[in-house]
Amino acid sequence: MTQSYRIETGGLINRNKKISFKFNGTSYFGYEGDTLASALLANGVHLVGRSFKYHRPRGFFGAGVDEPYAVVQLYRNGETEPNIKATEQELFEGLEASSVNCWPSVNFDIGAINNFLKIFLPAGFYYKTFMWPKSFWYKIYEPFIRKAAGLGVASTKHDKERYEHKYEYCDLLIAGSGPSGLASAYSAAKNGAKVILAEDKPRYGGSLLTSDVNIGNQSGKDWADGIISELKEMPNVTVKNRSQVFGYYDHNMLVMSEKVSDHLPKTKKYHPNKRLWYIRAKEVLISSGSIERPIVFGNNDTPGVMLSSAAKEYLKVYGVLVGKKPLVFTNNDSGYETAIEFKKHGVEPIVLDSRSNPQSEIIDEAKNLGINIKNSYVVVAAQGYKKVKSADVATISEDKKTLGKIENINCDCICVSGFWTPTIHLVSQSGNKTKFNEEIDAFVPGVSKQNETTLGAANGVFTLEETLKTSFEKGKELSKKITEKDNEISIPNVVEKKYSKHDKFWCVPLPKGKSYKRFLDFQNDVAVSDVEIALREGYRSIEHVKRYTTLGMATDQGKTSNLNGLQLVSEIENKVVPSVGHTTFRPPYTPISIGAIVGREVGKHSKPTRKSPIHNWHEEHNAVFVDAGVWLRPRYYKRGNETLFEASKREAKNVRTNVGVCDVTTLGKIDVKGPDAAEFLNRVYTNAWLKLPVGKARYGVMLREDGIVMDDGTTTRISENHYHMTTTTAQAANVLSHLEYYLQLVWPELNVNVVSTTEQWAGAAIAGPKSRDLLQKLFPKTDVSNEGLPFMGYVEGDLFGVKARIFRISFSGELAYEVNVESDNGRFMWEKIIELGEEFQIQPYGTEALSTLRIEMGHVAGSELDGRTIPYDNALEGLLSKKKDFIGKRSLQRAAFVAEDRQRIVGVVPLDKKN
Amino acid sequence: MLHIKCPHCGMRSQNEFSYGGDATVKRPELNKEVTDQEWDNFVYNRVSPRGKHLELWQHLSGCRQWIKVERDTATHEIFKTYKANEEIA
Ligand SMILES: [Zn+2]
Repeated sequence: MTQSYRIETGGLINRNKKISFKFNGTSYFGYEGDTLASALLANGVHLVGRSFKYHRPRGFFGAGVDEPYAVVQLYRNGETEPNIKATEQELFEGLEASSVNCWPSVNFDIGAINNFLKIFLPAGFYYKTFMWPKSFWYKIYEPFIRKAAGLGVASTKHDKERYEHKYEYCDLLIAGSGPSGLASAYSAAKNGAKVILAEDKPRYGGSLLTSDVNIGNQSGKDWADGIISELKEMPNVTVKNRSQVFGYYDHNMLVMSEKVSDHLPKTKKYHPNKRLWYIRAKEVLISSGSIERPIVFGNNDTPGVMLSSAAKEYLKVYGVLVGKKPLVFTNNDSGYETAIEFKKHGVEPIVLDSRSNPQSEIIDEAKNLGINIKNSYVVVAAQGYKKVKSADVATISEDKKTLGKIENINCDCICVSGFWTPTIHLVSQSGNKTKFNEEIDAFVPGVSKQNETTLGAANGVFTLEETLKTSFEKGKELSKKITEKDNEISIPNVVEKKYSKHDKFWCVPLPKGKSYKRFLDFQNDVAVSDVEIALREGYRSIEHVKRYTTLGMATDQGKTSNLNGLQLVSEIENKVVPSVGHTTFRPPYTPISIGAIVGREVGKHSKPTRKSPIHNWHEEHNAVFVDAGVWLRPRYYKRGNETLFEASKREAKNVRTNVGVCDVTTLGKIDVKGPDAAEFLNRVYTNAWLKLPVGKARYGVMLREDGIVMDDGTTTRISENHYHMTTTTAQAANVLSHLEYYLQLVWPELNVNVVSTTEQWAGAAIAGPKSRDLLQKLFPKTDVSNEGLPFMGYVEGDLFGVKARIFRISFSGELAYEVNVESDNGRFMWEKIIELGEEFQIQPYGTEALSTLRIEMGHVAGSELDGRTIPYDNALEGLLSKKKDFIGKRSLQRAAFVAEDRQRIVGVVPLDKKN
Repeated sequence: MLHIKCPHCGMRSQNEFSYGGDATVKRPELNKEVTDQEWDNFVYNRVSPRGKHLELWQHLSGCRQWIKVERDTATHEIFKTYKANEEIA
């Protein structure tokens, strides 16, 4: 297949490297450096999709992030991703893409019938048409709309790609590498500031790649290349392409999505697909440039109608002609730049200028080249269904209200320029109240809200000379505040053409008797008539009009549609645009992959996995694990073909008849120390703690202030001013925070310190009638008799040279002990217990058997303390001290808590008292 | 994400902190008779102001200190941060 729309030479693509790709099943080729859009246009493909609501044919409208239509489904290395702008997707070998919004195919789309039924689908059609009868919505209307609409399909498979998050701090973050971004980055970098320069496109330079200017005796592009290579050499500068700063959040935190691998057939080993940067910047320079805005006319959504700047970019960057019989429709001088580029490549453009007698350098140049220019002319409507075939044009009166006789001009594309709209999305996200600039008919940044400064076209400055001057100065000034250096920069000479004034004209009136659709929002199929209906039906606030009509919504966020929509509302309402105001620009500026947002926190990485020091032993002995908070605990130890029930029954029975050992390392442990520790515990727990002697443990329950049980566990008095508190595995972190709250804020007069010791100790519960015999073997030098170590007693012991703490506490009612050793000795302790326990038929038991044993004894097993129950509900009221106050006590008088019919957890006993 | 100045550690990202609610609420003294209304005010009733709000945060993944933060709930502007026992200006 030949690329009939590719010019012989020129452009920034690599013509030595051909790349083959498929679109809607057809094979094509392009070159390295192409986007999917430029490669398709080189092959003469203009039809890429169908519109959202009316399923009208859709082509390319822009050449970058501003593209509202050309959204495709991408297939890459066995994965698929929806919502990809063909104008941003770089071509790689083997790329496959398909159209969205069309069923069964882009050429024959059944939904296009909506186009002929459009009278039934006006503004608010979601609200009105499909609302009655109500029962039809879920079963009939919604599935139909979902099938016929939608912007692609999300993959249901596990995503094999890896995404990373990165946190970064810098002095200056500069969003956009056009002239203002480069100049400010350069002077800030020279002052030694830590600079991040971000460019969303693969190539740096922004408008310098396509404009015909001269900076310091070089072409704009050569100057940009020089600055970039100098910046890349500097250690204090990070230069990132394919990186979109898409959100400006609080306290100068911006988020940037770096496409690391999207331009490659396959992600390189150890590389992420995308990297999300969270950047905290001291100063933010927004050099996001401007987007050309369309002029509204009949059928202005026909494939082949596109922004004049896009046509120029396809030609200058990609060597692609968007048409061979171009019509340029403009209200300002920008259209002439595009016309001149066409002319230079042997294509004869016709320029329609809405102005009656514009004069400028560039217009003279166009005239000298012999370009056909028609003043006071407008495009009334594009003709052609799947592609522009001709244009109905007419003269327009000075007041722009009356059209002359309609003529038809043969053309294959219409390049539109309705002047420029500063890209103020980031500025607006920062909280900056933007203001309307009459001079350029657009909103520009107002007073800075955070530390943001806007430069160049994004600030409504459209001359290169002024942009460079202020950008060099701003970069210098802001970096000087931080680094206190003041490096002198000489500002280069600029040669650029002077522009004449643009025409304040944005919408071509409908000729008598015609009802062409004139689109404002191309992505959401919002036409002039829809906004008119919304206003007629009483919607006044621009935010309401937006929601009723869908103008400026979704992934496009009004990039090309916003101002024309506002112009229309202001005209009908007879208000000035600034009093209508613009809708809120919301992050993200452009669609961001869910994968990039999630980052590494997928699957098991969504939370850390914590393992006890005895974990490997459990694994070696067929433990089946269960999640307990972030910990993994053995649920049971599987023997042969045992089921969970069989194994836990066996383990529990062995505890009742012989002896069992359970890993209780995961229990939360908190050291409570200080002269007022007893008083503190007395306030924290519901029962009395002042008289607990050294060497004794006590079970306690603690409440929240609202009376709900927070946690339970035993606390042991190790020495006079030292208590060892245990908590449930799940509540350990909350309990520590709770204790700190009271010590730091409520009772700072108490001399107490708390610290988590959960990780410092490994614990084993030894339970069963033979547990004391085993304990004696483990600690031959310690008296563990009933007298030496009574119930709730505590002693220190020597476990074959390892220091141990021995508690006589029972989790499940029978004779039981808990042994703690320092974590590093955990496995040693465990293996000793197993080894010496062999003669007593010891078996390890898991959480399932533990719960069974606890339930059999009528103890709370954990799940009753679910953050909804008070002590009474769990039969814990015996632990409530009547003599003293404690956290949450007053709440227990609440009417609902003392109600007669309050639900209560009760034990169940079998009638025969046996089974 | 907010940037909060811990009075003990300096500027840190919000994800190191956890929120602790209204800092002006005072717990009734222990062992003191309080009416239902007083207790409810302490446990449940909070104003939700738009604008300046003195609130508690704990520097959970840092020094673990509870601190007081004066923040605008609408704009997220942080005016000042205080140590737990510091006099509020
Ligand atoms: Zn801190």
